[in-house]
Amino acid sequence: MAAGRDLDSYGAPGWLQAAPFALVFAAFFVLPLVFVVIVSFWDYNDYQMLPTFTTRSYVESFDGCLTDLPNLCTMFKTYVSTAKFCFIVWALTLVIGFTVAYFLAFYVRSATAQMTLFLVCTIPFWTSNVIRMISWIPLLGRNGLVNQLLVGAHVVDAPVEWLLYSPFSVALAFVHLFTFFMVAPIFNSMMRIDRRLMEAAYDAGASGWQMLTNVIIPLCKPGLAIGSIFVVTIVMGDFITFDEMGGEQIASAGKVIETRLGALQFPPAAANAVILLGATMLIIAVLNRIVDIRKEL
Amino acid sequence: MAQPANLELVRVSKRYGATLAVDAIDLRVPADGYCCLLGPSGCGKTSTLRMIAGHEAVSEGDILIGDANVTDLPPAKRGTAMMFQSYALFPHLSCVDNVAFSLKMRGVDRAKRRAQAMEFLELVAMEPFAERVPAQLSGGQQQRVALARALITHPQILLLDEPLSALDPFLRVRMRGELRRLQRRLGIPFVHVTHGQDEALALADLVVVMNKGKIEQAGSPLEVFEKPATEFVARFLGGHNVVETPAGLIAVRADRVSVVAEASNAARLAAVVASVEYQGASYQVGLEAPGARDLSAVVGDAAFTKTPLAIGDRVGLAWLDADIHPLSPAP
Repeated sequence: MAAGRDLDSYGAPGWLQAAPFALVFAAFFVLPLVFVVIVSFWDYNDYQMLPTFTTRSYVESFDGCLTDLPNLCTMFKTYVSTAKFCFIVWALTLVIGFTVAYFLAFYVRSATAQMTLFLVCTIPFWTSNVIRMISWIPLLGRNGLVNQLLVGAHVVDAPVEWLLYSPFSVALAFVHLFTFFMVAPIFNSMMRIDRRLMEAAYDAGASGWQMLTNVIIPLCKPGLAIGSIFVVTIVMGDFITFDEMGGEQIASAGKVIETRLGALQFPPAAANAVILLGATMLIIAVLNRIVDIRKEL
Repeated sequence: MAQPANLELVRVSKRYGATLAVDAIDLRVPADGYCCLLGPSGCGKTSTLRMIAGHEAVSEGDILIGDANVTDLPPAKRGTAMMFQSYALFPHLSCVDNVAFSLKMRGVDRAKRRAQAMEFLELVAMEPFAERVPAQLSGGQQQRVALARALITHPQILLLDEPLSALDPFLRVRMRGELRRLQRRLGIPFVHVTHGQDEALALADLVVVMNKGKIEQAGSPLEVFEKPATEFVARFLGGHNVVETPAGLIAVRADRVSVVAEASNAARLAAVVASVEYQGASYQVGLEAPGARDLSAVVGDAAFTKTPLAIGDRVGLAWLDADIHPLSPAP
């Protein structure tokens, strides 16, 4: 541990050791981000970007947002809709992820079985996101397996329409794709809980539920927060899942950027990226208030 | 406070698969006794304690506390409280919330349980640290908080799993004095697991020496040290020489062995000096002889100065008939 010493006091070797990652970080994260912010303040016309300072992209993005109140402008509507998906997916992945991690960490006794099952959870990642999404279509489609089953069993008279290309299918695909991002950090937190703490709680008369709420959940907070950040940031910025599973009918913050990029309107795309970044950081700041992640790591 | 109660183990065994960790032990701890379970690691002492606490299922036999058979009861229903090795304090809770934990589990409201927890923190002189979390406390302070947390349930019996092993030697001696005083004051039995014989001899009313899942000897510290029942007890307690004689194995205390000239008439055993350790008031002389291992003699500093011994010296060992203690085979 450097315990209060700064990099300077290590001299040249310290700087050298920090340099490779600092360069990668600067070249592939800081620099592009700076460009995005700069471009978001440029002007544009039908065929090119004009490098003059203007807030046009922002003004147009928020067009009518103040004057139309209390009605929501397009931008606010899109963000409310995205945030709604974000919340639903977050809540579902949190509950499912926590349950899976709990099972792995506390019910599976042998370490080998634990690791094997954990690796089994990663198998879906051997194929691409898009393929995993598309694999839902034969299942959920109008003449898909689920509808055939429902009609065949006379549960419904006509095929259910809202199974595919609907908010339901979008949320379903998100949960399917991203629950593992909850499982991994929560499982990691749970494995670090000293088992004697659970015995001590049991000794003090805690029931299973009290053990969960008084010991396990408080000690899993870092994992819960990190998993939440993964899921929230992914859903906030996603557009492929919204497209594939929503039948290109559902607006999302990511989709706005994609549309602008498709029209080669880089300044408004950049402005929207900056807005999305701000919104996502706001959510993370709120999460960080609940759990001080830096302290807990 | 709850009524202090006897603890009785009746032919209690513990099996892990094919291994027998605890082999049909019988033990009775009186209601005001301080009992130390003493033995090397793997002797079954911790398994025994955990069975008494209810954290380990009993394979066979019964555990009685007072008049109640608690063999199948959960820990919180037994009237026992356990202080865990390295304390197992909840890292996310302050001291006062740690101590109040069991009251919270019982649904006592916040103000009341915190007030009661403060009383128990006072008992262990930790009330100035009430709002700190365990990571901000030293080992000794954590131990006191763990003690308060165990006592707040008004247990009939307090169980301590190697309570002093996480402390430095100086603090260990001080804390063991405090444990003993606390036990007297509360008047309930303490069952204390340790692998340190000095700790057991200093603290206990009843020393239970265990080996390979069996009780080798149970008795007062005086009995156990003066009259070790078996070779294992004599060797484990230290300060004893085990010598094979035609009449069987005997134990002679190291401080009762005198080092004499090899040719002396008094010499019962010929030996070679293997090590000499200065201990302040005396010298600890390690010796080697055929048919006996790990021999030692304590030689007073005056006697040593008069006839100094060096490694490699051939000497004779003598002792009085009254100091011979015959040993029985292991149970």
